[in-house]
Amino acid sequence: MKKSNMKSINKQTKSMLITYAMVIAVFIIVEIMISTGMMSSLMQGLLVPLCIYSIVAIGLNLCVGYLGELSLGHAGFMCVGAFSSAVFSKCMMTSGMNETLRFILALLIGTVVAAVFGWLIGIPVLRLRGDYLAIVTLAFGEIIKNVINVMYLGRDSKGFHFSIKDSASLNMQADGKMIIDGAKGIVGTPNQSTFVVGIIIILISLFVSFNLVNSRTGRAIMAIRDNRIAAESVGINITKYKLMAFTISAAIAGAGGVLYAHNLSTLTALPANFGYNMSIMILVFVVLGGMGSFRGSIIAAVVLTMLPEVLRGLADYRMLIYAIVLIIMMLFNWAPKAIEWREKHSLKRMFGKKEKAEEVQ
Amino acid sequence: MSFISYLINGVSLGSIYAIIALGYTMVYGIAKMLNFAHGDVIMIGCYIVFVLMGSFHLNSTVSIIAAVIGCTVLGVVIEKIAYKPLRKASPLAVLITAIGVSYFLQNFALILFGADTKSFTSVVSIPTIKLAGGDLTISGVTIATVISCIIIMAALMIFIKKSKSGQAMLAVSEDKDAAQLMGVNVNKTISLTFAIGSGLAAIAGVLLCSAYPTLSPYTGAMPGIKAFTAAVFGGIGSIPGALIGGILLGVIEILGRAYISSQLSDAIVFAVLIIVLLVKPTGLLGKQVQEKV
Amino acid sequence: MALLEVKNLGISFGGLRAVDQFEINIKKGQLYGLIGPNGAGKTTIFNMLTGVYKPTDGIIKLDGEDLVGKKTIEINKAGIARTFQNIRLFSQQSVLDNVKIGLHNQYKYSTLTGILRLPKYRKMERKMNEKAMELLKVFELDDKADFLASNLPYGEQRKLEIARALATNPKLLLLDEPAAGMNPNETIELMDTIRFVRDNFDMTVLLIEHDMKLVSGICEELTVLNFGQVLAQGKTKDVLNNPEVIKAYLGE
Repeated sequence: MKKSNMKSINKQTKSMLITYAMVIAVFIIVEIMISTGMMSSLMQGLLVPLCIYSIVAIGLNLCVGYLGELSLGHAGFMCVGAFSSAVFSKCMMTSGMNETLRFILALLIGTVVAAVFGWLIGIPVLRLRGDYLAIVTLAFGEIIKNVINVMYLGRDSKGFHFSIKDSASLNMQADGKMIIDGAKGIVGTPNQSTFVVGIIIILISLFVSFNLVNSRTGRAIMAIRDNRIAAESVGINITKYKLMAFTISAAIAGAGGVLYAHNLSTLTALPANFGYNMSIMILVFVVLGGMGSFRGSIIAAVVLTMLPEVLRGLADYRMLIYAIVLIIMMLFNWAPKAIEWREKHSLKRMFGKKEKAEEVQ
Repeated sequence: MSFISYLINGVSLGSIYAIIALGYTMVYGIAKMLNFAHGDVIMIGCYIVFVLMGSFHLNSTVSIIAAVIGCTVLGVVIEKIAYKPLRKASPLAVLITAIGVSYFLQNFALILFGADTKSFTSVVSIPTIKLAGGDLTISGVTIATVISCIIIMAALMIFIKKSKSGQAMLAVSEDKDAAQLMGVNVNKTISLTFAIGSGLAAIAGVLLCSAYPTLSPYTGAMPGIKAFTAAVFGGIGSIPGALIGGILLGVIEILGRAYISSQLSDAIVFAVLIIVLLVKPTGLLGKQVQEKV
Repeated sequence: MALLEVKNLGISFGGLRAVDQFEINIKKGQLYGLIGPNGAGKTTIFNMLTGVYKPTDGIIKLDGEDLVGKKTIEINKAGIARTFQNIRLFSQQSVLDNVKIGLHNQYKYSTLTGILRLPKYRKMERKMNEKAMELLKVFELDDKADFLASNLPYGEQRKLEIARALATNPKLLLLDEPAAGMNPNETIELMDTIRFVRDNFDMTVLLIEHDMKLVSGICEELTVLNFGQVLAQGKTKDVLNNPEVIKAYLGE
């Protein structure tokens, strides 16, 4: 009896180790390619964004795959993480603080602030179900983006000044410096997001997520997803665990945002980077990679981000092809007839897995 | 006086949202899916009118009719190819496929018409009305929009109440399997729903571009999201809900832009949506469903 | 003193009086049956006992503790666990994990302990696994611990639901039609299992059942419900011979 039970734990551990190994292997291969000059500068520029998407997809997978709630607002949590950490880094740039320590603190701040937002938004939102929850998370994401675009924050010898009108109404002294300049965002954030840092944050996110879903808390979260009424009947506090999963999910998205903020020297909240389109793009990674599979999320994020780049030779047609590939993959992976046909010819899915908790990875 | 003119503009914008919201709400009611590509069907409708009037010099009526037919066909084809195979699959899979269709339409338009913003000539020839000694002006587009909205709503309500197909739509939205057992052709009914929704999208698109005369491949995206918000706001699945949700949303957006902040008007709209849903979790006119234990 | 004491319990949905003046007294260690025609309000009573519905009026006392108005999770912690008429398992999780979720409030460690895998995590997980396997053994499910709950045959799903309910360490176990969908052999096996649970877990059981063989075979006392009201109450044999009860079941 012990044996069968041990086996199941080993299976999860094995799956976990494969994922860690995959990430580390990719890291080593990429580093070799860079040092031997086999990687174009275009591809090198994509490395950090790939890490960012992977991290946010891992976070969103916790929410969609494990908690079973559809969020279309994770770009908002990224945005909060990005801006709070960038403000911190910018303020500390002149303080002479050790750069690594400053970045670690920025990462902590971005993550914690995103978690706080996740928690605050989660309290009202998680009472809603299904599509209503989806549209409200989308609404919150858009609100965050819009509000950041009208924020003005400056600092002079007298301290901080804040306004939501314009930079002039900050009434700063002559020595004042803008930190957030409305729609122009934050300029001059230190570029500290490297591929190594990205890989480390991916590994940390994976560590937190794997261990969470394979713990008492994770089981409670999945119990709520599988059957809310039964979960309540065995004494599981629905609100507490929903909120916890949502908060942790938001925190991981926030960490992705920190990486984003420190990758470019100008940080602005545009529809393209922190709007609902970004939330949807990440959701596509999660669904195509397989809900509940963190490894799948990373693979999908990488493959789907690379696809348009690989197709770059096709110029304008690349996004059209991307759209067609996306539709075909969805039909192939999910249509009942396609599933039947695949089973008959014993073909695997294109990639990713169907939601199955036995394969907790 | 300016308040009244803002209010009128709000009702006008809201009417457009309401017409678009109809497409969302009907499809949601019947196919239980969020048709994310609906906003992009609007954009395609606009391009049809733009090309027919600009390049082929057809008159506006013929162009609009062509756009309605074009969008109707497009809606039905999208449903057949992309959504029908997934009818028994998870709602999330259908949502992602709809997103794929949305990307497809946007990029298709991008290749065909280019990324640059076209200036759209208004198709409405109703003159502007001046009231209260010129203090209050109501543009022809506004009049056309509000009238179109009223006619569409009334026609749709009558269609659903009186016609056999309309009753079939109600039956399918209530219980797909039961409707099938009672002899309703579910596939045909779903196709019809997409056809009507997409046809209306063409009209909404033309009105939208007449009021805000710019056109790009992304023209439909944000109004689409807002109209979906309006549908949820009014209670998704409910046709009067789409009307009320759309108009309220339009009014809130215009008043918010005028009196609070132009940059925050979207945020205000979404904030109101959140508040409504927290008080009434299924929207203003939505039905409350209790889970059976 | 009775373990479960219910007095004057009633609930209305809109204008409909679904249950009215319901009374029951169950002594510790009893096997008690709640029977009645379809729609009599049996599951509604279970839902009131477990806090899913809030009674319009009446008293529910478990071991002297008032339970009216408490939430489902508080009632579970107070000592009532249940199964469902339409099986509600955590279908995408393993058989073992289903029982471990039932043990949620018995073996605790914090989320942070879980994420960091501190020594307490390993200790508690080991204890949970042992306890869960012990429970699964009672229901002969221990060799299927790795199976996905939804892959179990119907009869075993019902058993797993009982195991999960027992894992919450209740004083009173409510079973909603435990034999539904089982063949006669499985039903006999189930009767043995229920008796075993009562004897070895010191359990009190209240069950809803339509299978008269099971009811007359294991229930010591019965309450018959008809149109939301108590029709008869008492020793199983007496109740089943009551002409009113026969009339309600067979019609006139």
